[in-house]
Amino acid sequence: MKKVFERPKSMYPVSTHYCPGCGHGIVHRLIAEVIDELGILEKTVGVAPVGCSVLLYNYLNCDMYEAAHGRAPAIATGCKRVHPELVVFTYQGDGDLASIGTAEIIHAAARGEKISTFFINNAIYGMTGGQMAPTTLIGQKTTTSPFGRTSEEAGYPLRVSEILATLDGAAYVARVAVNDPKNVIRAKKAIKKAFETQMKGLGFSLVEVLSQCPTPWKMSPSEAVKWVEEKMMPYYPLGEFKSPKEEG
Amino acid sequence: MKTPFYEDIILAGFGGQGIMFIGKLLIHGSMKEGKNVTWIPSYGPAMRGGTANCTVVISDEAIGSPVISSPHSLIVMNNPSLDAFEPRLKEGGVLVMNSSLITRKVKRKNITVIGVPANEIASEIGDKRAANMVMLGAYVAHTKTVSKEKILEGLTDLLGEKKRQLFEVNKKAFEKGMEFGKV
Amino acid sequence: MGKKTLMTGNEAIAEAAVQAGCRHFFGYPITPQSEIPEYLSKRFPEVGGCFLQAESEIASIYMVFGAAGAGARVMTSSSSPGISLMQEGISYISAAELPCVIVNVMRGGPGLGGIQPSQSDYFQATKGGGHGDYHVLVLAPSTVQEAADLMMEAFDLADKYRNPVMILGDGFLGQMIEPVEFKRRSSTDRPARDWTITGAKGRAQNVVKSLYLKPDVLEQHNLQLHRKYQKMIKNERRVETYLTEDAQVVIVAFGMAARIAKTAIKILREKDIKAGLVRPISLFPFPYQTLEKVAEKVDKLLVVEMNLGQMIEDVKLGVCGKAAVHFYGRVGGMVPSYDEIVAEVEKIVKKKR
Repeated sequence: MKKVFERPKSMYPVSTHYCPGCGHGIVHRLIAEVIDELGILEKTVGVAPVGCSVLLYNYLNCDMYEAAHGRAPAIATGCKRVHPELVVFTYQGDGDLASIGTAEIIHAAARGEKISTFFINNAIYGMTGGQMAPTTLIGQKTTTSPFGRTSEEAGYPLRVSEILATLDGAAYVARVAVNDPKNVIRAKKAIKKAFETQMKGLGFSLVEVLSQCPTPWKMSPSEAVKWVEEKMMPYYPLGEFKSPKEEG
Repeated sequence: MKTPFYEDIILAGFGGQGIMFIGKLLIHGSMKEGKNVTWIPSYGPAMRGGTANCTVVISDEAIGSPVISSPHSLIVMNNPSLDAFEPRLKEGGVLVMNSSLITRKVKRKNITVIGVPANEIASEIGDKRAANMVMLGAYVAHTKTVSKEKILEGLTDLLGEKKRQLFEVNKKAFEKGMEFGKV
Repeated sequence: MGKKTLMTGNEAIAEAAVQAGCRHFFGYPITPQSEIPEYLSKRFPEVGGCFLQAESEIASIYMVFGAAGAGARVMTSSSSPGISLMQEGISYISAAELPCVIVNVMRGGPGLGGIQPSQSDYFQATKGGGHGDYHVLVLAPSTVQEAADLMMEAFDLADKYRNPVMILGDGFLGQMIEPVEFKRRSSTDRPARDWTITGAKGRAQNVVKSLYLKPDVLEQHNLQLHRKYQKMIKNERRVETYLTEDAQVVIVAFGMAARIAKTAIKILREKDIKAGLVRPISLFPFPYQTLEKVAEKVDKLLVVEMNLGQMIEDVKLGVCGKAAVHFYGRVGGMVPSYDEIVAEVEKIVKKKR
């Protein structure tokens, strides 16, 4: 019998701790599939963030660091400078990357650090119980913006991909989503391109993933995927913001 | 038993007068004679134009404090430095001062004063910047802290290949200064 | 090298790192230690090292985390305010048990403070500094030669205990010039490091981390760290005693303050006051036992620090009430002079216990 679907080699045979309908599991799997397809499991190093995905090393079986909040790009830099031959990625949420870790991500990108960052933007702090994130939308209710985020009080949500794409050191920057099968396939392509950009030594690469976070959003999984499309995508448009020139 | 050699000195002037350099040269030469040495600078922003000073200790024995409250000797290049350090000089100490720039009289009576018109001499030999070496020459000739040979060896080291062409004028300035320091 | 050269303390620390096999430096400029990154940015290209000026001290210490986790001999250097910024990372590095060397060339605080020499980070350095129950091994040189020697040894100690080692100096030690000789190292072998991040080739995954969500597991981790610190306490206490044998009064000081005290002791002995010195070289582990012994013979001690009384707490723990412990300190970048110390000792000697 022909096997048409199996667990990626780069994943442990365990179930995750994520809520039903959460996007993390999908992105973990996409990264694992790409690692398998590129045949780089033995030379891939991941850096897990602080946030829901802190236990990433329980799901992916490559070598991994667990970073302090926001510092994953600095740790990845330290590792990559010691082992330039390894493929190093960070996996970070919106609180981690776009709030406490803005200095580290901007400078890693500006240096053209040859690492890849997978940035999960779900517009909320999941692990700590649904507080406002730097990417929380105007009007969005969270436990620390109970009447809806206002620009007067909390300013405007950060468009990380657009910001980073302005930096010369950033070679590949794309925003994708995992709210439907078509977008999942596109997300995987972007993840692969990010790794390839790093492996070719072209510079820093980042894939921002719009991800659903049903529990703190107080939605069902199906409402959540719809919310990504209807509310998030107008403010955070999908697409490639920067891409290395095609060779040849 | 011979008393072990010990000397401490504060060198002070405007930033840019080469005061740090002659301090370093002094410890370089002294180290070549097998002495223990320390050099400690005033440090921080606004060195150029501001006052700069360094403290040098030269000793046969291991050096305790590199920071000196009342030094045995003083080399001062300008008025503010004289104001700052004259009161601290040890009784019976040696004050070598740049009489080209120092306009006021020395207040202390219980010290030896050697006035050296260092800027004029340096200009005469063709490089105004060598006034510091004139001062060092006067100090070394008077105190015999270190031999002329070791100072010149040190000078070769410190100038290195890049500034080799400055050796002769610095040597000349040092020798001119020595004439003022002879007891 | 095997030959004496004149170098600033900062340069000697940097060269010692190179000679000890350190090839990775991550840091951020701050007075009075910027000569360390400056020296290494020039020197590392000659030996194939990696120098990177980070965007902040916070990023620096996590780059150190990443490089240490990847198995490199790595260091950073800073001065007091920068070291404060690094405290979070030092806690994480201690928790993840990564070897690295951190140099603190102290300046006056708190806050931005000043840029002149100080010893006011003693508490921060020796009592943990960041959050959680941990220690870094702290070595306090008092001469440029000793700074170079301890710097070289620091890397070996970091490897031996899988723990950060801090070289704690002050602005004067960093800026001053003295002759220094780089001693040939008998061996540059490092202990096996099978836990490092190198890519999981032919082995199971390695994870460098500090999260232990289950209290009983975290307790075990804490206890294991504690056992390690006990080993350091047993094996790594370093102290210099100077003229304590016949002393009627003993000064306790570290680093620059100890050097100044030595000159004061010379002057005091010329005045027939028999003074001696205890100079802790390792500040963690602290040489409590030496002080306990000294206090059995001497009933008056004077602690001299460039702060308002920090190490004195450890001295009192060591002395344990057996002798009177007095204090003299200058702060803000002011350095105690030997004349002041002499006057202080004379005052104490006259006092009844």
